[in-house]
Amino acid sequence: MSQASLEIRAISGHAGSVPGEGLKREFEVCKLIDTTTCIGCKACEVACLEWNGLSFSETTFDNSYQTMPDTAWNYWNLIKFNEHEREDGSLQLLMRKDQCMHCEDPGCLAACPADGAIVQYVNGIVDFQQDHCIGCGYCITGCPFNIPKFSPTARKVFKCTLCNDRVTQGLEPACIKSCPTGCLHFGTKPEMKELAETRAAQLREHSGFADAGVYDPSGVGGTHVIYVLHDASNPEAYGGLPKNPTIPVTVQLWKKPLKWLGNLAIIGGIVGVFVHYLRFGPKIVEEDQKAAQGERR
Amino acid sequence: MSREPQLLPNGRVLRYSYKERLVHWLAGVSYVYLMLTGLSFWSPWLFWIAVVLGGATISRELHPWFGVVFVIAVVLMHQMWSKQMKETPADKQWWESIGHYIKNEDKQMPSADRFNPGQKLLFWGFFWNGILLLISGLILWLPQYIPWSLRFLRYGAVIVHPICALLTIGLFIIHVYMGTVFERGAFGSVIRGDVSRAWADEHHHTWFEQILRDAEPRK
Repeated sequence: MSQASLEIRAISGHAGSVPGEGLKREFEVCKLIDTTTCIGCKACEVACLEWNGLSFSETTFDNSYQTMPDTAWNYWNLIKFNEHEREDGSLQLLMRKDQCMHCEDPGCLAACPADGAIVQYVNGIVDFQQDHCIGCGYCITGCPFNIPKFSPTARKVFKCTLCNDRVTQGLEPACIKSCPTGCLHFGTKPEMKELAETRAAQLREHSGFADAGVYDPSGVGGTHVIYVLHDASNPEAYGGLPKNPTIPVTVQLWKKPLKWLGNLAIIGGIVGVFVHYLRFGPKIVEEDQKAAQGERR
Repeated sequence: MSREPQLLPNGRVLRYSYKERLVHWLAGVSYVYLMLTGLSFWSPWLFWIAVVLGGATISRELHPWFGVVFVIAVVLMHQMWSKQMKETPADKQWWESIGHYIKNEDKQMPSADRFNPGQKLLFWGFFWNGILLLISGLILWLPQYIPWSLRFLRYGAVIVHPICALLTIGLFIIHVYMGTVFERGAFGSVIRGDVSRAWADEHHHTWFEQILRDAEPRK
């Protein structure tokens, strides 16, 4: 997770310029997850734990394949199993690999107040830098996908790095490498988008999934992790994938209009009292002033 | 009000008791820390404040605890002063004459009790904003314990906390200006506790008259 400073596009809580903005010619990377060919084997989960050397966590049993309810600070990649009843009464077992979506317009980064704790690289990867993280948890609130998780031991927030350390060395992320069915792909964003659209068209035309489509939500400027879904009109059925994710409205209000209004008001207040003093001076009780002068004489 | 004699042997008037001064400065010191660290999280251009105060991680850890201290001080102030801070019908008249107050034409101001309506606004502004800051602050303190289904609480807290903080900063700027350079004699009253008789008569005439009446020996 080294900060390759010249490849940085955006920095959280940062005053001033960003080193890599517009400098490097670099492909935007993308992970493609085809939920229609996922078999729920969890090889990607194991590969993630292995590559990142994450500690083991307790699993739960809730009468399904779901081993834990959500991703965790030490479990960045989790397949969500959902039994979905279709309109015709037939049952579908939907499996979706859940992890950081690496938004083009990341809510975590927008909400973060700590200089350099979250960086977005020119290739689209959004990465947490725990040595700069102050543990405030604003990223948890900024994220529309419920991804950043607070570690009670480290008192910092962790999430999927899109194997930034592998990608910078020309390798694909660990999860991609482990997938036995080929439902995971990694490449440039245009390539993956094209592959996803081809697959969605195939599903619509030949497999009877009339609503099959690609999930690349525009509300967060598109994502660097995209899905092929059997039913793109109902992403919620895949274990809480929001239909139109955006940075929460209150986070946007707080970081834009309120910030400007507040800064102007604070500066205005300080200037105001200063000007008032110049114009009207102090409030002095006459008798007190006389008494004070009397003492001096 | 306390039963301590208000007219002091040195010819001055006791304005704030020892307890009142202590609680005021408990609130004051904790508020200044909260404001400075809060501002460092508010804007990247002010992040250096946290660096000066020992690093942003420490600021993030201590800010909520100072918040607890501040809330305790606000509750104590409410116990001491809420009765005297009640709005009265005469307050309207005072606000209508606020122009004279601003221009230092104090002889034309209606008589004020122990606290003038401006001070009442400061008190209730800090009290109500303090409550909202406490509620939103508790959510921001431990966001990891707010379940995803209740995330609207976090969405509310991130906007309520800065709005209320900004309102208190506005009050704070005016309060510090008036209490230090503008209103001569006010700063001493919250340090040593006393004011001159002339000061009490000019700024809090109704209050001073009551003190004089109370001091008269019973016949």
